[in-house]
Amino acid sequence: MTNGLVINDLRVSVEDKEILKGINLTIEPGKVHAIMGPNGSGKSTLAHVISGRPGYEVTGGSVTFDGHDVLEMEPEERAALGLFLAFQYPVEIPGVTNTTFLKTAVNALRKARGEKEMDPMAFLKMLREKAKLLQLPDDMLKRPLNVGFSGGEKKRNEMLQMAVLAPKLAILDETDSGLDIDAIRIVAEGVNAQRSPNRSFLVITHYQRLLDYIVPDVVHVLAYGRIVETGGADLARRLEQTGYADYTTAA
Amino acid sequence: MPSTTETVETVHAFTGGAYKYGFVTDVEMEMAPKGLTDDTVRYISAQKNEPQWLLDWRLKALALWRTMEEPKWAKVDYPKIDYQELHYYAAPKSTKNAPKSLDEVDPELLRTYEKLGIPLKEQEILAGVAVDAVFDSVSVATTYKAKLEEKGIIFCSFSEAVHRAPELVKKYLGSVVPQGDNYFACLNSAVFSDGSFVYIPKGVRCPMELSTYFRINAQNTGQFERTLIIAEEGSYVSYLEGCTAPQRDENQLHAAVVELIALDDAEIKYSTVQNWFPGDAEGKGGIYNFVTKRGACRGKRSKISWTQVETGSAVTWKYPSCILQGDDSVGEFYSVAITNNAQQADTGTKMIHIGKNTRSTIVSKGIAAGKSDNTYRGLVKVLAGAEGARNYSQCDSLLIGDKCGAHTVPYIESRTPFSTLEHEATTARISDDQLFVCRQRGLSSEEAVALIVNGFCKEVLQNLPMEFAVEAQKLVGISLEGSVG
Ligand SMILES: Nc1ncnc2c1ncn2[C@@H]1O[C@H](COP(=O)(O)OP(=O)(O)OP(=O)(O)O)[C@@H](O)[C@H]1O
Ligand SMILES: [Mg+2]
Repeated sequence: MTNGLVINDLRVSVEDKEILKGINLTIEPGKVHAIMGPNGSGKSTLAHVISGRPGYEVTGGSVTFDGHDVLEMEPEERAALGLFLAFQYPVEIPGVTNTTFLKTAVNALRKARGEKEMDPMAFLKMLREKAKLLQLPDDMLKRPLNVGFSGGEKKRNEMLQMAVLAPKLAILDETDSGLDIDAIRIVAEGVNAQRSPNRSFLVITHYQRLLDYIVPDVVHVLAYGRIVETGGADLARRLEQTGYADYTTAA
Repeated sequence: MPSTTETVETVHAFTGGAYKYGFVTDVEMEMAPKGLTDDTVRYISAQKNEPQWLLDWRLKALALWRTMEEPKWAKVDYPKIDYQELHYYAAPKSTKNAPKSLDEVDPELLRTYEKLGIPLKEQEILAGVAVDAVFDSVSVATTYKAKLEEKGIIFCSFSEAVHRAPELVKKYLGSVVPQGDNYFACLNSAVFSDGSFVYIPKGVRCPMELSTYFRINAQNTGQFERTLIIAEEGSYVSYLEGCTAPQRDENQLHAAVVELIALDDAEIKYSTVQNWFPGDAEGKGGIYNFVTKRGACRGKRSKISWTQVETGSAVTWKYPSCILQGDDSVGEFYSVAITNNAQQADTGTKMIHIGKNTRSTIVSKGIAAGKSDNTYRGLVKVLAGAEGARNYSQCDSLLIGDKCGAHTVPYIESRTPFSTLEHEATTARISDDQLFVCRQRGLSSEEAVALIVNGFCKEVLQNLPMEFAVEAQKLVGISLEGSVG
C-alpha cells in the first residue's frame, strides 16, 4: 500500500466533455505540491473529483489515498480519511453559525473514526485559539457560515476550518485569490504552522506570491486537462515571467 | 448550540426512516358504539358525569353541525371521512376509577409513555415540568398538582375542571371559539372527550412549564381534545403541548379546539411540538389534524404567543390565531412546519386587531421535502378602531428537492389608515453546494439536511422553552430522513 495520494491516469468528463485527460500525480505524506495553470484548465475539477463532489463522470483511471480507493467512497467517508478541500468559492449556509458548523463537523469526523465526541468547552477553547492565529475576530465565529463575509474573510474562514479539522491532505483551491497582502501572509503562516511529516498539501494558485511564503516541494503545470510540466519551486518563478504561452500547443 | 450534535446523532440512530413511536399499547378499551347521534353525545356526557347544561351545550352543537358543510378551501386533499364509521369515545378501562397516584396507573400505559420518552416517575422528580398525560380520551395522571395548588393554579383534565371549576368553564367555554365557528370546531363542541384546563389567578406567575403529551391510541377513534387556558390579570403561564401517535393503517381524525383567554397584563405562551404519525411514504395511515386554536387578548397590554413545530400528520389544517381586543395587546406566531413524502400542511395564523396600538408578529418557516405540499395561509385584519396597529410578517420557505411545493397566501385587510403592516417572504432551496460542503467536512447527507434546516428555523426554535428546544431540533432531523440522497 502506498501512503498519501496516488492519482493514476485519471479521466473525467462533464456533460460528455472531457475535462481531465489522464492525470498522474503522487503526493507523499509531508509534501507540499503546487498546481498552476490557465483558467479553465481543470484545476478545480481535479480538486472536486478527489473530494467527491457529485456531477463529474470518471471515465478512467484511479485515485487512492493511503491505499483506499477514494472514488468508491462517499464524500464524508473521504473526509473521515483526512481529505480536506478549501473551496475556491466558499458556500454560505444561512442560520448555521460558524461554531455550530465546525462543532458538528468535528464530532461527525470523530464519530466516523470511532472516537468520542469532543467536550464542548474544550472545543470552544480550541476554536478560539485557531481563530486567533488566523486573526479572525471572535464575533465571526458566531455569525452564520460565510453569510455576509467579505471575499477575504471567506477564504480565511476556509483556513480556520482546515486548522480545526486537521486533515492529512488539504487541497487549497485558490485560497490566496482575493486576499490582501497581509492576509496572504497570515494564511501562509497558518499553512506553514501545520506542515508536518504526516500532513500534505495540494496548493492551487495563480500567483507566485503565495509560493514565496509556502515554499512547495513540487510544482505542476496543469493545462488543457493534462499535467504538462513538473518541477521545483523555481518552476513557479519562471512561469511568472513566461506565462502559459509555451503550453498552448501541448493540447 | 450544543444540541446540534445531538440532533445529528439522533438522526443517525434513526436511519431507516421507521417511525419510532409506531407501536400499539395492548390495553382493554371501553368504547362508545360507532356512529354519531344524539345518543352518542349523551353517552359521552354520561361517562363523564356531566351537568345538564353541558349536555345541552353539546346537543346544541351537534344540531348546528348537522347543518354545516365540510370546508373545501384549504389546499389539502384527503379521502372523504365517514363520520358514522368512527368511534367518538374511548377510555382505557383501568382508568374508569381514576388513579390516585402513579402507582395505580396501568403499568402497560406507563410503559407506553416510557417508549415515548416521558417517564412520569422521573418527571415528577425533575423540577420544572408538570405533565398531564392524555391517553386517548381520559387523563391518566397529573403530576405536580399539589405544588401548583399552593399558588391557586388549577391544572387538570377538562372533565375534572367541569366539576372543580364549573363557573369558570361555563363562563369561558366557547367564548373564543364559538360552536358554529367552523365545521371541525363544531364537531368538537358536540363530542369533545377530554383535554386540559388551566387557570392562573390574578398576579400569579406559573412557576413551571405546564405540559401535556397527547397520545392517540385506539383504532378508529377520532380525538376531540378541548383545552381551555385562562390567565387572570397580571398572570403568566407557559404551556407546552407535545404529541406522538402509534402507527396505524387507517387514517385517524383529530379535531381539537384550544381556547386561550388573557386578561389585563396577562401573558400566555403556548408551544406545540407535534409529530403525529405522518403516514407511510405514500401518506397511507397518517393522522388528519384539523385543529382550531385561538387566543383572545381581552385585557389591556395582554400578550399571547403561539410557537409551533409541526412535523407530523398526513394532513394538517391549522391556524392558531389571536384576537387582539385589549388596547396595546400583543399577538405572536412563530411556526415551523415540515412536510416530507406525501404530507400536506395548510397552516398559518390570523391576527385580528381590534384594540388601539395592538401589535402582532408572524414568523413562519415552511420546509417541504419529497413530494409534499406546504402552504402558509395568513390573515392580518385591522378593524376600524384599531388605530396605531402594527404587524410584521415574515414567511420563509425552504425546499428540498424539486418535487415538493411551498405556497404563501397572505391576506391583509386594513380598515384604518393609521396602521403599519409589513410583509416579507423568501423561498430558498437547499443547494447541492451546501450539501456538498457539509459532506466534505464529514457530515452524512441526513446530518447535513438536519443542520441546514435547524439553521433555517432557529429563530422559531429559540422561542420554545429550553427543555423542548432540544427535542424539537431532533424531530426536525428525524422528520426529514430520506429527503435527500
Ligand atoms: N458543471 C460543469 N458544466 C460544464 N462545464 C464545466 C462544469 N464544470 C467545469 N466545467 C468546465 O471544465 C473546465 C475546467 O473547469 P475548472 O473549474 O476545473 O477550471 P480551473 O482550472 O479551476 O479554472 P480557474 O483557474 O478559472 O479556477 C472549464 O472549461 C469549465 O467550464
Ligand atoms: Mg478553479
